[in-house]
Amino acid sequence: MSSSAHHDHHPFQQHHFHSIEQQSDSAKMGMWLFLGQELLFFGGLFMAYILFRWMYPDTWMACAEHLNTTMGALNTVVLIFSSLTMALGVREAQLGNNKKLAGYLAVTIFCACVFLVVKYFEYTHKIHDGLLPGNLYAYSHDVMPGRPDLFFSIYFAMTGLHAIHVIAGIVVLGWLLKRALRSDFDSKYYNPVENVGLYWHLVDLIWIFLFPLLYLVR
Amino acid sequence: MSSTAIGADSHGSSGHEEKNYLNATRGLKSWIFTVDHKRIGIMYLGAILTFFLIGGLLAIAVRLELFSPDPVLTKDPSLYNKLFTLHGAIMVFLVLVPSIPASIGNFILPLQLGAKDVAFPKLNLASLWVYCIGALFLIAVILTKAVETGWTFYTPYSKDSASSVVLATLGVFILGFSSIFTGLNFIVTIHKMRAPGMTWRRLPLFVWAMYATSIIQVLATPVIAITMLLMLLERTLGIGIFDPALGGDPVLYQHFFWFYSHPVVYVMILPGFGIISELVTVHSRKNIFGYNAIAISSVSIAIIGFLVWGHHMFVSGQSPLASVIFSALTFFVAVPTAIKVLSWVATMYGGSIRFTTPMMYTFSFLFLFSIGGLTGLLLSTLATDVHLHDTYYVVAHFHYVMMGGTLIAFIGGIFHWWPKMTGKLYNEKWGNISAILVFIGFNITFFSQFVAGTQGMPRRYYTYAEQYQPWQQLSTIGSWVLALGLFTAAGVLLKSIFGGQRSPHNPWGAVSMEWETATPPIEHNFHEQPICEHGPYDFPEIDHTMGPAH
Repeated sequence: MSSSAHHDHHPFQQHHFHSIEQQSDSAKMGMWLFLGQELLFFGGLFMAYILFRWMYPDTWMACAEHLNTTMGALNTVVLIFSSLTMALGVREAQLGNNKKLAGYLAVTIFCACVFLVVKYFEYTHKIHDGLLPGNLYAYSHDVMPGRPDLFFSIYFAMTGLHAIHVIAGIVVLGWLLKRALRSDFDSKYYNPVENVGLYWHLVDLIWIFLFPLLYLVR
Repeated sequence: MSSTAIGADSHGSSGHEEKNYLNATRGLKSWIFTVDHKRIGIMYLGAILTFFLIGGLLAIAVRLELFSPDPVLTKDPSLYNKLFTLHGAIMVFLVLVPSIPASIGNFILPLQLGAKDVAFPKLNLASLWVYCIGALFLIAVILTKAVETGWTFYTPYSKDSASSVVLATLGVFILGFSSIFTGLNFIVTIHKMRAPGMTWRRLPLFVWAMYATSIIQVLATPVIAITMLLMLLERTLGIGIFDPALGGDPVLYQHFFWFYSHPVVYVMILPGFGIISELVTVHSRKNIFGYNAIAISSVSIAIIGFLVWGHHMFVSGQSPLASVIFSALTFFVAVPTAIKVLSWVATMYGGSIRFTTPMMYTFSFLFLFSIGGLTGLLLSTLATDVHLHDTYYVVAHFHYVMMGGTLIAFIGGIFHWWPKMTGKLYNEKWGNISAILVFIGFNITFFSQFVAGTQGMPRRYYTYAEQYQPWQQLSTIGSWVLALGLFTAAGVLLKSIFGGQRSPHNPWGAVSMEWETATPPIEHNFHEQPICEHGPYDFPEIDHTMGPAH
């Protein structure tokens, strides 16, 4: 498996791999494992969500009213669209079209930023109303049943951790954009785009679960 | 599997002086920024052994305080709490979890696979740096207000404690990343970097053990990460998820904690199993008994190990039904473990056993780990656990498994691969003496705790009733013998570096792939891609005319 691959040595092939295929396969497997651990990382929060929703069902019904469904839905659409542009970008990378890839990456980054801006307005509104986690909870307009402070703990923990992942996504997408503008990718070497794509789809997917669980409880 | 002779040096590195991984490049930078798995393994080994020393000295202090129910070292019980908490946290998070995988694993695994390096060398280096950053946090804990919660950081006490819980949990959170990086790296390396001809059934059993370990590291560590993150938010913002005063659930914390921390004891012990599989074959000159059974049992321990965490919570208000299920599953995990122990014993049967230092530690392991494993069954039995829970019995059981199991295997592995790593031979006689001292000291220290525990001595207490004093004093005296044994082992190894004999190419006559390259290995491991043509334990002197090799 090694002897023939040694002759056509790809410029981005690292010294300890026999071939660029072995390198790509390894990186892809590494990314899937990383995504697996991400699921368990978020899994803890989903578990806490289940427990407290079961303990305080009335709280969940009441508090979900205070989330802005329109903004949540807008963000859902934005992220799903960004997943589409990401997937199209991977396709262009496979074909070696670095220019088109750069375009799709730019759109994906733009969508990610739109998501964060919308999230910023949502958070600002919550902070203004005092709909905050735990001890910081200071909502005074009406009394909600059970533990609304706990609902907002879960809300901020889940969406906050997700937002951190979106920011990390923007960073790696920016790195890809820089490399695409440098025409680094070709039909043999597009694995970094693929891997970031996988990560970005996961970030998208987690939001697709968060949106109904938090906003659409009623 | 053919049994082509491998005993003769195929690459012959004895005649001319060739640069090895230690002297290929020089200078501090060439170490700090190295991506060579061997150097990273050596640096990990140095760091882990340093923390082993610190954690060990803390243990000596704890034991000294317990020599008498009256104050010995300190009149401040909270200082005692800090000592045992730091001992536990350092030993678990800085020593046991990374111990074998990050040091010996890093060094040996790619060599055993016939690879030039791990799949992601930079990630490997990142794992070391992250480990150091995490370690700095735990050191900062010691230098500030320490922690007094026990290494488990149970809520709500950890929420209210005035000690440096934030720094400690942040340290554990950071250390988790280093663990995930290593695990992820190894899984991909084992899948994608094996030499031609190295089928899954020709993998050394150490590699199988590392594979099972890595699966747990990747899948369990993120759960402690989120737990520690929530604990940080609990301490800083008071988010209330684990705080009953704010409507949260402290038992949820225990579920989260043990969902990681039970599987992670298999992260600690499975690599030990791997080492013992290697040592028992090489030093008995016999092919392993039940290769498939040992390989598969590693993976099944990893899987079943995820389903038993509730046995830590038999007295925490868990439902009786859940307890019964967790108890049954816990018994179940003993089956693959027993398969391993019995296979090792069967491997020795009829072999020609050499009483080398690694073999002495292997004997030690077999005794101590068997005691540790069997005493665990009493803790998985619901009725007896109610009596034994949170007593010295649990402490003794845990130490028999973790120290008598993992760390003894770790030390045995260091002695076994020491010539490979350093190119030096150590004094076998003093190596043997160290093993015997450790064995005796260990048993005095911890067997007495089994007795004290069954009589009701609760763990984590600064003082105790008069009736326990003989057992406590015996345990403390044992800890001195144990320390003497460990310092002897350290002395033997240090002396070999300065003035030890040069090791021959393959001092044990092992046939797994790490011995096919030079000793110490060259920078890129192998001159040319090695081809695997036989199993890892097909020793040339095994008589194949008697029947099939397995």
